[in-house]
Amino acid sequence: MQPKNRADGTYDIVVRDTSSVRAYVKSGQPYVWTTAAAIAVSIIVTLALLGLTMVRGAAHFWPADLVLASYQEPGEAAQPVLAEIRSQEDVTRARLKNAGLPVDESREVYTRLLLKIGNRDIGGVDFRYVLSDWLVGRSLPEDATVWEREEWGNLHGFLTSVSVDGNLVKGPEAWGAYQKAQKRANELREDIHRIESGKIGTINFSIEKLRLAERRLELDGLNRIDSPERFLELERKRQVLDARYEELNQERGALYQQLQRDSVTVRTVDGSERTYPLSKLIAGWRPNEMGVPGKVGFWFHKLWEFISEDPREANTEGGIFPAIFGTVMMVLLMSVFVTPFGILAALYLREYAKQGTTTRVIRIAVNNLAGVPSIVYGMFGLGFFVYFLGGNLDRLFYPEAAPAPVFGTPGILWSSLTLAILTLPVVIVATEEGLARIPRSLREASLALGATKAETLWRVVLPMASPAMMTGLILAIARAAGEVAPLMLVGVVKLAPSLPLDGNFPFLHLERKFMHLGFHIYDVGFQSPNVEAARPLVYATSFLLVLVVILLNVFAIMIRNRLRERYKALDH
Amino acid sequence: MSETRTVVAKEFESIVAGKAPGVRRRYLKDNLARWVVWIGGLSVIGALLLIFFYLVSEVAPLFGGASLEARQQFVPPGAQSSQTLYVAAEEQGEIGLRVAGDGSLAFFDLYTGAARAQVSLPLDGAALTEVAEISAADNLLVAALDDGRVLPFKHSYRVSYPDDKRLIEAEVSYPDGEVPLAFSPSGQSLKSLVARDNGSTLMLAAVETSGDVVFKRFEQTESLFDDAQTTEGPLLRFTPPIPADQLLLEPLLNWLYVLDREGGRIALYRIDGDDAPQLVGTYEVGVPIDMARYLAGGISIVVSQADGEISQWFPARDVDGEFYLARIREFRLRKDHRVTAISPEQRRRTFAVGDDQGNVSLFYATSGSRLAFRKVMDEPVALLAFNPRANYLMVVGAKGTTQGFDVHNEHPEVSLSALWGRVWYESYDEPKFLWQSSAATSDFEPKFSLTPLSFGTLKAAFYAMLFAVPLAILGAIFTANFMSPEMRQAVKPTVELMEALPTVILGFLAGLWLAPFVETNLLGVFLTLLMLPLSVPLFGYLWLRMPREIRLRVPSGWEAAMIIPVIAVVVWFCFVVAKPLEALIFGGNMQGWMDRTLGIGYDQRNALVVGIAMGIAVIPTIYSIAEDAIFSVPKQLSLGSLALGATPWQTLVGVVLPTASPGIFSAVMIGMGRAVGETMIVLMATGNTAVMDPSLFQGLRTLSANIAVEMPESEVGSTHFRLLFMAGLVLFLFTFVFNTLAEVVRQRLRRKYASI
Repeated sequence: MQPKNRADGTYDIVVRDTSSVRAYVKSGQPYVWTTAAAIAVSIIVTLALLGLTMVRGAAHFWPADLVLASYQEPGEAAQPVLAEIRSQEDVTRARLKNAGLPVDESREVYTRLLLKIGNRDIGGVDFRYVLSDWLVGRSLPEDATVWEREEWGNLHGFLTSVSVDGNLVKGPEAWGAYQKAQKRANELREDIHRIESGKIGTINFSIEKLRLAERRLELDGLNRIDSPERFLELERKRQVLDARYEELNQERGALYQQLQRDSVTVRTVDGSERTYPLSKLIAGWRPNEMGVPGKVGFWFHKLWEFISEDPREANTEGGIFPAIFGTVMMVLLMSVFVTPFGILAALYLREYAKQGTTTRVIRIAVNNLAGVPSIVYGMFGLGFFVYFLGGNLDRLFYPEAAPAPVFGTPGILWSSLTLAILTLPVVIVATEEGLARIPRSLREASLALGATKAETLWRVVLPMASPAMMTGLILAIARAAGEVAPLMLVGVVKLAPSLPLDGNFPFLHLERKFMHLGFHIYDVGFQSPNVEAARPLVYATSFLLVLVVILLNVFAIMIRNRLRERYKALDH
Repeated sequence: MSETRTVVAKEFESIVAGKAPGVRRRYLKDNLARWVVWIGGLSVIGALLLIFFYLVSEVAPLFGGASLEARQQFVPPGAQSSQTLYVAAEEQGEIGLRVAGDGSLAFFDLYTGAARAQVSLPLDGAALTEVAEISAADNLLVAALDDGRVLPFKHSYRVSYPDDKRLIEAEVSYPDGEVPLAFSPSGQSLKSLVARDNGSTLMLAAVETSGDVVFKRFEQTESLFDDAQTTEGPLLRFTPPIPADQLLLEPLLNWLYVLDREGGRIALYRIDGDDAPQLVGTYEVGVPIDMARYLAGGISIVVSQADGEISQWFPARDVDGEFYLARIREFRLRKDHRVTAISPEQRRRTFAVGDDQGNVSLFYATSGSRLAFRKVMDEPVALLAFNPRANYLMVVGAKGTTQGFDVHNEHPEVSLSALWGRVWYESYDEPKFLWQSSAATSDFEPKFSLTPLSFGTLKAAFYAMLFAVPLAILGAIFTANFMSPEMRQAVKPTVELMEALPTVILGFLAGLWLAPFVETNLLGVFLTLLMLPLSVPLFGYLWLRMPREIRLRVPSGWEAAMIIPVIAVVVWFCFVVAKPLEALIFGGNMQGWMDRTLGIGYDQRNALVVGIAMGIAVIPTIYSIAEDAIFSVPKQLSLGSLALGATPWQTLVGVVLPTASPGIFSAVMIGMGRAVGETMIVLMATGNTAVMDPSLFQGLRTLSANIAVEMPESEVGSTHFRLLFMAGLVLFLFTFVFNTLAEVVRQRLRRKYASI
């Protein structure tokens, strides 16, 4: 391809053969394609991850069909199966043979299904791998029913009869009667819950406060002989509370008795009949007779239950309301701490400091704060906030609670403070960017009109930069909502007995431990005894967390983009 | 008129000078704002420094070493008149015990030396010859009498708090009755009595004057109704091949050592039931022996040698699985000093050594380091005793002088070599890197080697970077250099959105979805990794051969969008053919094949899974910074190059990348920092086993995951707690270096671009 110099000084023009392999390589095109593929892979991975989480998460609420079939393993008796098909995959013969299955030598690859067979109280397991080929005679009986239970996971079977207040209802009316009875039971259960965690919880809280008050009096050097009136006062209050507790306890007992009234008899797929009291059942549905609209309605119903209810069975069933609540509370508290500091630091960097060594050092510090592993913040929080600050607070202000710590133990206050330091750089960087985009002319105009620097900031710069601060705050919230490692050290627990915000004075309990969506994922996915059963719930929780984090980020990006447009207009 | 003018002028003047009342307030506010902002700005540095110094303050005590703080010197009651056979101190370091040669037990105050109580052992007319420890932890001793009988006894302490003040009372009891037990039938005196109790059997061994070793068991059987009953076993004897000067018996009654002082030899016997002990071997120390002691935990013995060295030994297995007595390590005293007393701590592997010139040294066996050395008296040290908490050490001189010390020795386990080097731990057959911070028993020797954790950290980061760096940087190159602006506007935020994805979700997907998926589709994964880089340029070539009309329909800069279906097809194809291919080549099970033919083991949660998952986590970080760096290369540079006839690729390689390389470098640094510190992904996607195996298919444990797992259970202020902080400090410093470097490079680059 080099132009050849002829003796007479003219050049041959060589037409480039662009389609030869050599030319193709030489043009650098293969490398360009490779770079294109790299970004394409990154995008695919991103979208695939989001898609996977969303699809799997959404599937948790979908009422899957119940397949009635017979599982015929060669050389074994056929077993009846009533199950949901959870997933399928291809497996090579050798692996199946390793697992001890009598597979046929003639085939190399089999399809394996994961079935949710439920009835853990009967069979011991509620999930089972089967080979698709051996699952024969599949049908979808309309009256196959799934029951959600208080314990032992789901129950799969057919309704034979309902006992309502001693009357046995059989046949086609049974289903209607069951639904009515279940509704009544659920209402009763709700009443009991209201008494137990609401009213009795308040009384227990007050009694504990009285105990602490008494201990406080003793620590102050008072005793029952010298100043009996103060102790008597406390004693009187305690008696009132005890009486009220007794009353509530009786009320609760009566409700429990009513709850025990009804029961259902269920025929499971192996032909045996069992009776379950409705107090142990939560809901029953027949997925095979639901149409698509019915299933969609059911999906939304389940989704609502998921985000509004408390968890059950070591977090592997039920809802995640406390985790959502804890996450939101912690993030809000964190915002209160991080916003002023982040904005002040950004103001300093952009408006006050001379651009020089100091600002360079601060910028390096900001970048380092952003880069320090989050677990190190957790250690710092645990050592400095919890043990040092918390321990000293306890010694100074809560001697009556000793040896039980109040603030000297991980809690929501320390978690939010720790995350505030962690997210400080996010707020600083975003705010600084917003400040940098405000045209100089605006500041100068304000100063020229006689405003002081502080007034210029307050009246001109900050209002204009407020969307940028908002962006920073939203990004910080998104980051904090997804951070788990430091929280494991400074305040998150797998099951918190009470929310950090409730009806007991002083309403906001900063010392309490809390539940968190991210930790919930880790805990349920990796620490629960029945991982297979919990997996859909973890996907659903992930789905929710991803949705929140992505939406927050998209929101922040939108605000930022709009801001940029606006300043661009100002510039011209 | 003029009057008003002067008033106005004055007002103006006062406003300018800031003297008018309203104006002054405004200036005050302005100043206040300045201060508040100033403090706010500097608080960022403050926060970073606070974290750093807090971590340092938690770590520093680890390297403080040990110190001895002297208490008042005194002579315990009766010390002038009789020889001291044994001393001990109780838990709180408040009361001491002295067993005298006349058979009297004196309890005395360890602060003043004042007598607290005095008890005489019921010796039944015989004389006391020596006292041996059955169990230091249980305060159980045995007295040897000159008529060949022995008397086990126990000293115990009752703590009560009358009037909120601590009161400790000492008492002596006799677990096997007050009548001495018959040991040697001949009635002749025994030397070097040793006794141990493993809970059901009390075993005694001693050397007769003939040189034979005799031993006897007392079985304690507890029937349902009666109290414990003791059945006496037969007296057994054997003749060791070397002169027996001292015996050592293992607390679990499996091993017996016979030491020849002059000859410097140790014979190791294995005891098995009532049979004659099996001689495992006789081992040369090389120089004469002064004395030997068991360390806490009952596995190692320390032997003091005449050359001023102390050596540690325990039985280990050789390559054939046969036991032998291994010489583990040496501790140097001083050349001209002879060891006169050794006393181990009861709960850790520290031991104190006294020498003939009145010095006391503290050594820690596992780390092989000397913790303290101090001259305490002018006479040779005769006896040493720690209290069980090891915060008090009693030193008794040859002339009876007694000196107590408060011992400050919180973290003996830590030394540079113990943290980073290979250490030969007890019950292991060779030196190893191990991290094992806790176990079920209190006798456990903690194994604190940071090497496997650091190795795991770097391994995880390495595989993650191997996956992420090519994808992120190539992707950044395309986005910044070749992609059409409209597409870039959509692509960049999408990839950056990934950065916001909580790592707990990535970890969860990696652990519960990717790990099982990779396990069943291992061949498919490898096929994809192989086929994808090959098929893409191939597709590019085919595209080039396409008719012009089709090619021109795709605008330039949209190659990335066009290649998405290609990638999808290739990946799909790889996974589809993988299963039949696996059946064909690897007999249907690739892991099994690897294990059989290559000897590579497979863990479900392995470095491959972590590499992919953490790679995905760091791609956005690297991508975003690298893309910024490449994109902000001044356009005139690349335009100039293109104008000179270079192809876009040549421009990129010759002009754009060299200019942007510091930015790309800083992107990789920051990505590395993130990979090193990432916690949740490694916690969930690896098995968290601290193995040192570089294999792609083995698990690992990183510093960060280790902190997350062990921190909540660690005792505040303990060595373990501080070591976790040290791991945190290591992470902090590591990321600090990476981030600072990256930021400095970026700041330079920004200025360079500005100047172009």
